[in-house]
Amino acid sequence: MSGAPILRAVLSQPSGAIGITLVVGHVMLAVLSPLVLPHDPIAQSADLMLQMPSLSHPFGTDRLGRDILSRVMLGGREAMLIATLATLVAMVWGTVVGIFLALIGGRIDTYIMRIVDALSSIPGILIVMIFVAALGVGATALIPILGCSYGLSVVYIARAAALDFVARDFVLAAQARGEARATILIREILPNVRDTLAVQGAMQWSWLMLGITSLSFLGLGVAPPTPDWGLMIADARGVMPTAPWAVLWPMAMLSTLIVGVNLATDSFAKALGVDRQMGVRAA
Amino acid sequence: MTLLDVQELTISQVGSDAAIVRAATLALEPGETLGIAGESGCGKSTLLLALMGVVKPGLAVTGGHVHLMGQHLGSIAPEAMRRLRGQSIAWVPQSAAMALTPTMRVGAQLAEAMSVHDTIPPGDITARTTALFAQVRLPEPNQIGARYPHELSGGQMQRVVIAMALACAPKLLLLDEPTTGLDVTTQAEILDLLGELRRDTGMAMVCVSHDIGVLARLTARVAVMYAGRIVEDRPTAALLTRPAHPYARALLASVPQIENPGMPPSIPGSPPAPGMSTPGCAFAPRCSRAHAACDLVPALSPLPLGGRVACHSPENGIFAPVVMPTPLVAQEAGVPVVTVRDLVVQYRRASLFARLSRRSRPDSVVAGVSLTLLKGEILGLVGESGSGKSTIVRAIAGLWPRSAGTITLDGANLPARATERDRAALRRVQVVFQNPDASLNPRHTVREILAQPLRLYFNASPAEVEDHARSLTAAVRLDPDHLDRRPAQLSGGERQRVALARAFAAEPDVILCDEVTSALDVSVQASVLALIRDLCQSRGTSCLFVAHDIAVVAALCDRVAVIYLGQIVEIGRTTDVFLRPQHPYTEALLSAIPEPDPMKTMQPVLINGEMPSMTDPPAGCRFSTRCRHVRDVCRTSTPALALRSAEHFTACHFEGITGI
Repeated sequence: MSGAPILRAVLSQPSGAIGITLVVGHVMLAVLSPLVLPHDPIAQSADLMLQMPSLSHPFGTDRLGRDILSRVMLGGREAMLIATLATLVAMVWGTVVGIFLALIGGRIDTYIMRIVDALSSIPGILIVMIFVAALGVGATALIPILGCSYGLSVVYIARAAALDFVARDFVLAAQARGEARATILIREILPNVRDTLAVQGAMQWSWLMLGITSLSFLGLGVAPPTPDWGLMIADARGVMPTAPWAVLWPMAMLSTLIVGVNLATDSFAKALGVDRQMGVRAA
Repeated sequence: MTLLDVQELTISQVGSDAAIVRAATLALEPGETLGIAGESGCGKSTLLLALMGVVKPGLAVTGGHVHLMGQHLGSIAPEAMRRLRGQSIAWVPQSAAMALTPTMRVGAQLAEAMSVHDTIPPGDITARTTALFAQVRLPEPNQIGARYPHELSGGQMQRVVIAMALACAPKLLLLDEPTTGLDVTTQAEILDLLGELRRDTGMAMVCVSHDIGVLARLTARVAVMYAGRIVEDRPTAALLTRPAHPYARALLASVPQIENPGMPPSIPGSPPAPGMSTPGCAFAPRCSRAHAACDLVPALSPLPLGGRVACHSPENGIFAPVVMPTPLVAQEAGVPVVTVRDLVVQYRRASLFARLSRRSRPDSVVAGVSLTLLKGEILGLVGESGSGKSTIVRAIAGLWPRSAGTITLDGANLPARATERDRAALRRVQVVFQNPDASLNPRHTVREILAQPLRLYFNASPAEVEDHARSLTAAVRLDPDHLDRRPAQLSGGERQRVALARAFAAEPDVILCDEVTSALDVSVQASVLALIRDLCQSRGTSCLFVAHDIAVVAALCDRVAVIYLGQIVEIGRTTDVFLRPQHPYTEALLSAIPEPDPMKTMQPVLINGEMPSMTDPPAGCRFSTRCRHVRDVCRTSTPALALRSAEHFTACHFEGITGI
């Protein structure tokens, strides 16, 4: 199954339809929002500090009198861009290393996997914080750092999915023909683990989104005054009792995006026959 | 009273009108034995399950009924149904290894089967399990219950499953392919056991099998199914000698026979997909006798000589198998292509205990094999599972490193691993694997599959690939529009043809065929064998053909080597080896094959016990533990291959010992 039939299968499930709607809505908002902004998102105003939602500022204003609607509309853009690029980095290196290890097996596989185990036991956010502290804040630094650290889990998934196929006779047949290892990896195994990895990629993206937002919340991610959901939550958490809208709107945006990605991924996994928990083909 | 009465039973897929079983009508008297024969997808297993009121999920009974001892299955309350099953029917599933729980001792599993329907005083359980284990003739019946399934051999597991079925003394025993997956000698023993149990207990039996030879040994009556319908239902002897339905006749004809070496004819075309509805007789498109009347579904009507057949123009002549005699290949004066000298292949068991105790002795799966593959010939390699025959193929292909010995291709040494061989050597030796489901990448189209060797060995341009792919599909008798399909869209036989086309795309000098027909139905098998023969002959390719099915080897091969526990025990021309076997093992193998010949179903099997473990092979002659002619010298000294007659070598201390 591929293309249109899959999309139809996804949309026919209520969770899939909701998930796709949320994701598509968020993506359209992120792409189109600069064209339809009601206010300048970084214009401060002492007169408008912490205003309740009103007709001119439907989502209210923050501590510095900035329009929250305009800020939440833009607040996912930078994080989503970083998440997308970091996902690509993580998927590419994780997949190549994972399938390669599955293919060669033996001692090299064992040793490298133990190193991966060791690295995985360090909390990812800690690694990232250390590198950010050393290399400085900013998207250009974040992408390789996040890509490397999140790629560790891709190694596991890609290796497990590929192990399902390396012992199959078609791989043996390719080895008997004398095909190069890279050819076997790309032509024989990759097409069979593609679905599993696509589902994994979508999950990676949502984890990266949460990770970047957390970093911004901690002041290590997106730099002010760029509107960002994590920064907005950090900024407004002191005034939560008096102006809850300043926290709630960015939270709602982030939650709907993450929930949407998860629902959509679940439905895609079901339609593709991928077991999301195991990361390997169910049937 | 009739034990089982099936009337117009139709079982369809839920939510569609695809019928898996169509209007099946059958009756079974107490103590009767009935075989259900047919190729995969004909609905025979579905019908068997329905006989005990079970329908697989996704299927439903949409017409007709099954009466068991006068009770209508399906209208009985579940609890009563359970009791009825426990008291009267037992089912032996296809795979014993899958049917047993790996974490439970087999004695406990048997006790569980007994106590489901009976309350047995705890003190009696051991006695009853021991009695049952003894009844199925397991060794040491009072101790074997303490073992786990993995500590038993395949044949022993099958015996345990049969014991579980016998636990409640059923009146009807249902068997689903009871010997599929077992070695031929083990199969013969299980068939003997089932025959004896039936005589002792007087229970009725229904046995499903794709192998008519198995049914000929086991049952007095056989129903042949095709596309969900029973097409012929006859006493076994009558079916085997005078099959009335053209399908039954063609099916019998396609079974290769040892006495009659040569290519059996195949049935043209392929059966309709399960559930596919066909107007009229489903076999008509493949039938040589089809005429206008076949547009109507023929009713299953009685034959004058007994039995029933569903055909508008049944045949009534005596069945005589016709084979195409295989012309001896012009073996260019015996020029060797591949020479294997003293090959030893070892597997080292990597158990932690063995490593710690430093006693890890590697098991020699192939223990000193020498053979020569001549130019243009097809050499068969027969043996039971674990004999090392597939390992020899892997060693020649460079997929498993050899521990000792040499392999040469046209006199030049072949390195042990494929990765160490140059491209020309790789191209000249091609492998075809057992199961085309596994050996073809499910994500590739046939075009991509065929393009791989063309690009790798000949740097073919896209236009050349297209050209060659088309001529290759034609050579294996596939349509050019198959090029765009993926393996899942092909039938089993078509897939194996693609695998053959891929091997021949490299224009090899040698192809190694590892059990290439064992996953195929007989009617398809015959056409694949014919194809291998044609391709090898027309291109002068030599072929090493590994199989456990002796009849297939007899049909195809010019010469044959019989292998036992990693050593060749007999090698020679096919007719010499199979018609005048010189080694007791070859003789035993031949005696164990169930053949669809009513005259030959009663001969005894000339072998004892089970195959010894490769870890601890017997000293002296490796066959000495099972040989019925064994003498003292056999247990101490290993016999070498000795010339007995022209090109016929045997590794036995005694000449002319067979046939006694």
